[in-house]
Amino acid sequence: MSETLMLPNPPVPNRAVDFNPDLCNGCNLCVGICRSDVLMPNPEQGKPPIVLYPDECWYCGCCVLECRKPGAIALLHPMNQSVSVVWKRKATGIHYRLGMKQPPAPNGRPPSS
Amino acid sequence: MSTWHEYLMGGKPVPPWPYPVRYGEEQELTTDVLICGGGIAGSHAAISARKAGAKVLVVEKTASKWSGNGGAGVDHWLSACTNPCSRVGPEEYTERVLTDCGGYDCGPLRYVVARESWDALLDCEALGVRIRDEKSEFEGADFRESETGLLFAYDYQNRCELRVWGHNMKPALHGGMRKLGVDLLDRVMITSFLTEGEGNSRRVTGATGLDTRTGGFYIIRAKAVILATGLPGRMWNFSTEYRSTFRDPNCTGEGVAAAWKAGVEFARLEESHQDSGTMAYISYGVGNAHNTWHGCPIVDANGKEVPWVDRDGNELGSIGERFTPAEGQRFMLGDGLRVPQSYENQTKKLSPDLPERIRKGEFVLPLFADLTRMPERERRAIFGLMVGNEGRTRVPVYETLTKAGFDPDIDMLQVPIMDPSSYGHSNFWSGVGAPQWRMWGGGGVVVDWDLRTNLECLYAAGGAIFGAGAHSSAAASGRYAGRKAAEHASGSSLSKVDATQAAREKARIYAPLSPQGRTLGWKEFNAGIGRVMQSCCGQYKSEGGLLEGLRILAEVREAEAGSVGAANPHELMHAVECLAMLDVGEAVLHASLARKASSDYLDFQRIDYPEVDPPEWQNLRPIRLGASGPEIRDLPFDYHLRPPFMPSLKENYEAHCGLPLKG
Repeated sequence: MSETLMLPNPPVPNRAVDFNPDLCNGCNLCVGICRSDVLMPNPEQGKPPIVLYPDECWYCGCCVLECRKPGAIALLHPMNQSVSVVWKRKATGIHYRLGMKQPPAPNGRPPSS
Repeated sequence: MSTWHEYLMGGKPVPPWPYPVRYGEEQELTTDVLICGGGIAGSHAAISARKAGAKVLVVEKTASKWSGNGGAGVDHWLSACTNPCSRVGPEEYTERVLTDCGGYDCGPLRYVVARESWDALLDCEALGVRIRDEKSEFEGADFRESETGLLFAYDYQNRCELRVWGHNMKPALHGGMRKLGVDLLDRVMITSFLTEGEGNSRRVTGATGLDTRTGGFYIIRAKAVILATGLPGRMWNFSTEYRSTFRDPNCTGEGVAAAWKAGVEFARLEESHQDSGTMAYISYGVGNAHNTWHGCPIVDANGKEVPWVDRDGNELGSIGERFTPAEGQRFMLGDGLRVPQSYENQTKKLSPDLPERIRKGEFVLPLFADLTRMPERERRAIFGLMVGNEGRTRVPVYETLTKAGFDPDIDMLQVPIMDPSSYGHSNFWSGVGAPQWRMWGGGGVVVDWDLRTNLECLYAAGGAIFGAGAHSSAAASGRYAGRKAAEHASGSSLSKVDATQAAREKARIYAPLSPQGRTLGWKEFNAGIGRVMQSCCGQYKSEGGLLEGLRILAEVREAEAGSVGAANPHELMHAVECLAMLDVGEAVLHASLARKASSDYLDFQRIDYPEVDPPEWQNLRPIRLGASGPEIRDLPFDYHLRPPFMPSLKENYEAHCGLPLKG
């Protein structure tokens, strides 16, 4: 277990974007283009950036679009938004929600490009 | 491990600032055309000025590859009156728009856009943005024209608003700028304009800038300058935790403040609109039927469909009728143009009595957006083409929702559950705000037929100009202003820098590095200014309230402003933004005091002058900062058609546009 430190509360939203350390190669392309400078390069080369200012994220998703490693960055809407993203399957009447514990299978259809 | 907390809890020390720190170190640059703001307007301006032969420097506060309010994508291309399928000419279109804005809009800007929006889109196509359905994905759809492959929006008969695949618009423009040899200076915010001369002969000679990562100082000399910094945000409604707002929070008004302090004339600063700020839902990410989702069926909890109606309240029988004008209607304008709906221009809409019918129990909450009821191509146009290419939808909505399992072919997306009064307009994601929460309206600089301001050498494009908004408006006006600025630069020379101006500016912007008294962080300062604006310049305004706002802001300038501190260049950037908000706030308060009448068109309510748009107040009240305070004058709505200009839109455009005219 890590040492207990004296820290301020985590900013809200807590993370805004999340890096998958197995996929991210620390190239920092996202750091270079983030409009709000939410991301800072990791002092350790090759490691994912640090989300220093999640409270300044505009949720534009440009970091994900810029990334060359699919799946390395995930945009995470804050909980005060995800609780309102709800859909209902017409055939079954079942409700689903962004952030639910057991989500349905992904819909793999890409956007029109 | 992604967050700062997690990093520290991994046993690592607080990392040092990752960029070299160069507070106050000066760098001097020169160029022919300096473009302040590298968003959509600035990028088109840069490309156009460079093509006209000028040396061009774009100074962009963030990173120009994706930056700007329109940098995250675009799905609608509006006012494309000259596209080969359009059935509305630029004159008819502009006259409709100006009339429906009550006259309070910018004639040169609207007409330039109606003439050049399509050309600007062709420029984008040449840079790799898809604007035609060559893949025949939508073949057979009512909104597709087979010869050109163009797709239309809102009004499938009149065809001047298009659907485009603009998610990569900004990287394409960025690539275009680089290819042409435009100089790009990213992560530098403009803090002031350098000027010479006084009164009517004052001219802009350049600008100063602050590097937002290193804290370095830039002095830029230019023969012509374009203001393309967009609409100020965060003036009223600033949450200390953003949680996403509709407008890019980086647009904070330092361009407006710089222009104000240089003596540039503004109009419509008194206008502001209701804003739910961070109480809004994810834009286009919850059930709605607005803009990108226009035409989507809305059903209640029991599957009962809410009717769509025409301008006379007649219920529509088919989905197709949602996209064709009403009987006897010439054309519909659609959403996103910042033109109030009129009987003549209005788009088909959800029945406006929905709030009452919900209260009576006729429709049961929650409502749902039911795309499954649309023909496949209409459904795919909304959730696939539009949500998929609009700003902040490709990843935040399309990818996020589909990965979580949402399938528009079989699922209905829930509309947020709100007070019934919130269902009077189909933009259900905008949520519910409070009367004191406002957002910037159509305030911007006054321009002539060269899109030049009252100051020599200073041009403007996009949201910086009063009135119009929209992505295509930024693009077309940038294209035009770039040409005009290049033309001006070719006949002028660089001026020397006024060392006193630069030194004064340096002292001002680095003050937060040595704050006085108890240090105040930028966020608390921003929220404090916002509170003054909410209290004194909210929805309901009065002489006493507005004057009190000016008094408090002046006091804040003396007291708290001196205590704003910054621990690194990022915080310094924000502190300087907030200092600019004091200037912008004062300009808005002065402009609000100057209009002693209410106005529907300006969403401007004076409790002490309740009469709405009385004839004697149907004019623009431009305001500028003179040597001894604000100077206000009357300007007729049709100033652009009076001497020294010519009497028609077309004649003025053709005399000024700087293009060889066809036919």
